[in-house]
Amino acid sequence: MEKLKYLDDVSSLVLDEEKCIGCSLCTEVCPQAVFEMKQNKAQIVDFNACMECGACVNNCPSEAISVSPGVG
Amino acid sequence: MKISTSGVNLLSSMDEVSLHSSTERSNPMVDYEKPGFKLCAYVDRFIKTNAGVIPIIKSTLEKKDLFSTFYVRCGIRRHTYTVAPGLYAIGKPDKNCEVLVTANFKLTFDHLRKELSDINAWILVLDTKGINVWCAAGKGTFSTRELVKKIKDCSLEKIVDHKRVIVPQLGATGVSARDVKKQSGFRVVYGPIRAKDIPIFLKNNRKADKKMRQVSFELYERFILTPVEIQIVLKPALITALILFIISGFGPDIFSFPGAWERGMISVFALAAGIFSGAFVTPILLPFIPSREFALKGIITGSIFAIPLMTIISFVVSGFAGLLALFLFSVTISSYLAMNFTGATPFTSPSGVEKEMKRYLPVQLASLVISSGLWIYSAF
Repeated sequence: MEKLKYLDDVSSLVLDEEKCIGCSLCTEVCPQAVFEMKQNKAQIVDFNACMECGACVNNCPSEAISVSPGVG
Repeated sequence: MKISTSGVNLLSSMDEVSLHSSTERSNPMVDYEKPGFKLCAYVDRFIKTNAGVIPIIKSTLEKKDLFSTFYVRCGIRRHTYTVAPGLYAIGKPDKNCEVLVTANFKLTFDHLRKELSDINAWILVLDTKGINVWCAAGKGTFSTRELVKKIKDCSLEKIVDHKRVIVPQLGATGVSARDVKKQSGFRVVYGPIRAKDIPIFLKNNRKADKKMRQVSFELYERFILTPVEIQIVLKPALITALILFIISGFGPDIFSFPGAWERGMISVFALAAGIFSGAFVTPILLPFIPSREFALKGIITGSIFAIPLMTIISFVVSGFAGLLALFLFSVTISSYLAMNFTGATPFTSPSGVEKEMKRYLPVQLASLVISSGLWIYSAF
């Protein structure tokens, strides 16, 4: 079955590709496969799947990722 | 009990106390008895290590575990279903075995150990106050701080020669691998999401494939959540039912008890249909109901249930106003509860939920007021 999707264009996820050092940890921790590595840089490949869990932000060593959900 | 402090050979049979190994004593576990303590049923035997005596747990669930799982899935005593945080062992672990980190919710603990029947490993249970890994990570109890604290408290450096712990991937929401390394010297390796993938993960030199790293929300996974959804609404539903009986009594005679009873019963049917639709049917059929907004999904399912119900009720309740009141009420309950289910899914973002609530809460509230007004009006 295709993965379940919630609302489009709501996530507060921001990736600063300049800051990415290519460690690929975000692709490992994201439970929704939002990121993929391309030319040694992380890229957002499925923005609308992001559920703002913050796993990527927590584990990014170069502070290249941020999410800022409201109170929810 | 005596705990040796130096030169302990972890695998020596001298150090391992088994229920079956002793011929002289009927109960070898007697060495581990402590006044006022009772042995947990999931403990098989004990192992002596440089860091003290560690319980070796069973990888099989017993009848009692399964009954408890059933109760907890129904929402009974689920907030006090815990195991003591700390270090455990499974199989016959030595100094080279992996350390698997988990939460102290017994359901999580059982789920993990039942997948480890052929595995020798250490299990580090964090104190998450009886909450599962993902929720605890989100709320900050499954955290860098707690992991570092447990690594130190359990003297993990005396247990294993490597400096590595395997943290479930969903714990990443609360754990920073970098900070754990900095504060404890232990490297965090993110394991697969599902415990059942751990044996393959370990076999493949701690590599998880893409599927192991993605959450799923299949039919059974949705179904298993519904009893708790219903259990949570039971109390508010009873209060609502009481209010319904009171509202149903208003009429030309100011208040009529027979009216309260008869019309009250009918409105409770509408309430029950709304709950069934919003807290049971919508979660189960989630991907098949049109719209991505849960509130709207609830309206659609709620209407499908309310229309035949109104047809039946129309034999008892005459008048369009009364039927419309019941229809709106039932659909609103369904919509609200469906929206509430966003909190139990593994794919909704807080920003999305906020957007949806801003849009639908006023609609649901207005609908509730209108339906109450219509219901009272219909009695005249």
